[in-house]
Amino acid sequence: MGNKKDRVFGEFLNSISEKSRTSLLPALLEAQELFGYISESTAELIGSVLGVPSAEIYGVIEFYSLLYSKPTADTIIRICTSPLCSLKGSYKIKKALLEKLDLEDGVSSGDGLFMVESVQCLGLCDHAPSGMVNNKSIVNISIEGLDDIINGKYSAPENRAFGTNPVLTERFDRIDPESIADFIREGGFTGFHHALTLSRDNLIDIVTNSGLLGRGGAAFPTALKERGALEASGTGETYIVCNADESEPGTFKDRIMLSRDPFSVLEGILISALIIGAEKGYIYIRGEYQDARNLFSRVIESAEANGYLGKDIKGSGFNFDLELRSGAGAYICGEETALFESIEGKRGYPRNKPPYPVVSGLFGKPTNINNVETFSYLSRIMGSNKTKIIDSELKTLSGTRLFCLSGDIKRPGLYELPFGISLIDLINDWGGGVSGSDNIKTIILGGASGSFVPEEHWNIALDQESLRAVGLSMGSGVIMVFNESRDVRDILVDITRFFSHESCGKCYPCQLGTRKQLEIVEKIRSAAPSLGDFSRLEDIGFTMKDASLCGLGQTASSALLSAVKIWPELFKSGEETGVK
Amino acid sequence: MITLYINNIKTEVSEETTILEAAGELGIGIDTICYHEKLTPPGLCRQCVVEVEGARVLLPSCITKVKEGMVVKTDSERVIRARKTILEMLASSTDLTDSPELNDQIKRYGADTDRFNNSEERNYPVKDDNPFYVREYSKCILCERCVQVCSSDIQFSYALTTAGRGYDNRITTFYDKNLPETTCVFCGNCVAACPTAALIPRNEFLNRNGGVL
Repeated sequence: MGNKKDRVFGEFLNSISEKSRTSLLPALLEAQELFGYISESTAELIGSVLGVPSAEIYGVIEFYSLLYSKPTADTIIRICTSPLCSLKGSYKIKKALLEKLDLEDGVSSGDGLFMVESVQCLGLCDHAPSGMVNNKSIVNISIEGLDDIINGKYSAPENRAFGTNPVLTERFDRIDPESIADFIREGGFTGFHHALTLSRDNLIDIVTNSGLLGRGGAAFPTALKERGALEASGTGETYIVCNADESEPGTFKDRIMLSRDPFSVLEGILISALIIGAEKGYIYIRGEYQDARNLFSRVIESAEANGYLGKDIKGSGFNFDLELRSGAGAYICGEETALFESIEGKRGYPRNKPPYPVVSGLFGKPTNINNVETFSYLSRIMGSNKTKIIDSELKTLSGTRLFCLSGDIKRPGLYELPFGISLIDLINDWGGGVSGSDNIKTIILGGASGSFVPEEHWNIALDQESLRAVGLSMGSGVIMVFNESRDVRDILVDITRFFSHESCGKCYPCQLGTRKQLEIVEKIRSAAPSLGDFSRLEDIGFTMKDASLCGLGQTASSALLSAVKIWPELFKSGEETGVK
Repeated sequence: MITLYINNIKTEVSEETTILEAAGELGIGIDTICYHEKLTPPGLCRQCVVEVEGARVLLPSCITKVKEGMVVKTDSERVIRARKTILEMLASSTDLTDSPELNDQIKRYGADTDRFNNSEERNYPVKDDNPFYVREYSKCILCERCVQVCSSDIQFSYALTTAGRGYDNRITTFYDKNLPETTCVFCGNCVAACPTAALIPRNEFLNRNGGVL
């Protein structure tokens, strides 16, 4: 049997068209899938075929959570222990599961049948607690339902969306997501065909006038990125990358977008490629989104078969190929330069910037990288079929966005709503209000890297300007609600544990700071604050925010620093508060 | 030529100069940890950060190029706070007894090495697997210089790599093998580049420890 698998793997290696380092992650993921781990001999074989030093292959395997250098088990059950699933009892569920299977955490059973371990946010926060059985998502898990899970009985997540006058989610109920015919019937590719008739400058002007800002979290103007990549590339090689490595706790919008209207994302990618003159693009979907990945690979095939990818697309003379890449379990790879490193077959270490991706991105070439939602929105902006550039209707098109509502909320889920809706209205009128008790304790905006919202701002309008004015950020559109039974310290332990697990460790402030802040918060929760904890947390938080290399480190203390401001008494010793 | 201001001193340097180099020309020293003038600066320790007017965050002076009209502060309150905290966190994670440069910085910044004393230290057993040098990774500060010199910066042996992630990053070999079983050619470059005696000639290690490993 070993020989047969070896043969299959040998054939896979032979079939790789690009026998260089960029194929390292695909090869390691294939080996992991086939053998359940990557042995020394497999790693050496991969290294000899792709020309990668073997020590560096080991470094890569050890970096990614979904790659193993030691044997695992036939069935790996992963339970999400990130903030929202933990809130809904996932630690207890994991403990019960370990007891039921008589296993140690993260250790395969003697017979190699089962292994149970924690996993960080799976983007199923609207179905918490969640997990995975091998590559399949499991949702709303409970201790009572564990036998079913062990016996392979579980249901898939529902990928619903709510809202009024939707733009991004409007096709959801009218199409089979896999059907290119359905997509075209519902106005798909209108934007791309329109774009084919316009000059690059005209196209960038339309994007500029739409006011579209990146939807991945940083809210950078999309048109500026396009203009930058176009200017840097001239007529040289350039790339489009779709960042589908959604991993921010509380965020699940990209998973649902990719599951319900994947062709709209592809259309946005095509339009961007046209704008900057790219002939090659990548979509990097996180390793845990197996269903979305399988679907998107069929979407690419279908687009190729129907002349929307490949040579001379629709007789326009425009050539473009799109390649699907899978992540392997690393939140940091959602950081754009870490994502490039990952596609290039390396540890997901972010790069120092400058140079910025528009100048030197993937393989050192000018690159336009955007989030899933941003690409989808681009297709709607172009699809409004206006030839006039400045058009008030186009402006309003950028007027909705996707909000991910989760936590203690009666109706968690994806909401597409206009910018400017008030936070508390979204929670009460759309989400049905707080669940589990009568009152809201607190709200986090922006995910684990976001902030607690002070009570006086609960009615704030959700738009860039209003939020910026009070020092808040929408990030990737995450709203987490916590009822009055929750202890802020528990929430902070989960958040700081997440960052300690996901820091890549390249730069000192984040490598050291994410661990130290977790240790202090854990101690405060289990015992009490000691003299100096408050200033220690502030100094760590400040140092990470001001001196870290990338956005992860710069925001890994954001929630904690906001909590320190709102509830200083939780972090001060008796001597410091004057209360004995 | 580029004109800029460092700690209120006007200076002129050529394009492509880094802030660290420009400051050096003025005799203004900026503390560093991972930086080594013969190697590609990885910009990872962030100890050399400086405050640049108009920048949202502190910038690493070892890799940030000068710009016309730039206003730089190498010793502002923000800079000192970050450097001191980095030293305090490092001291609680790693054995710095054989790191004279770091101990000098600790003294100058008044860093409290016991400030995070309830922290989990990175302790590893001493690796003694070859006749030439000993690896004592409890003293490793993860500057990654050894990996750099072993790889494309000097030797092209590719025996070393960083493995793990985050706080649990560690320097190791292919599947943690002993050095003689790897592509290591015992050139000694990594030992020369190590700033903390985590890599140390075997004889020297024995002398320091009274002949005991």
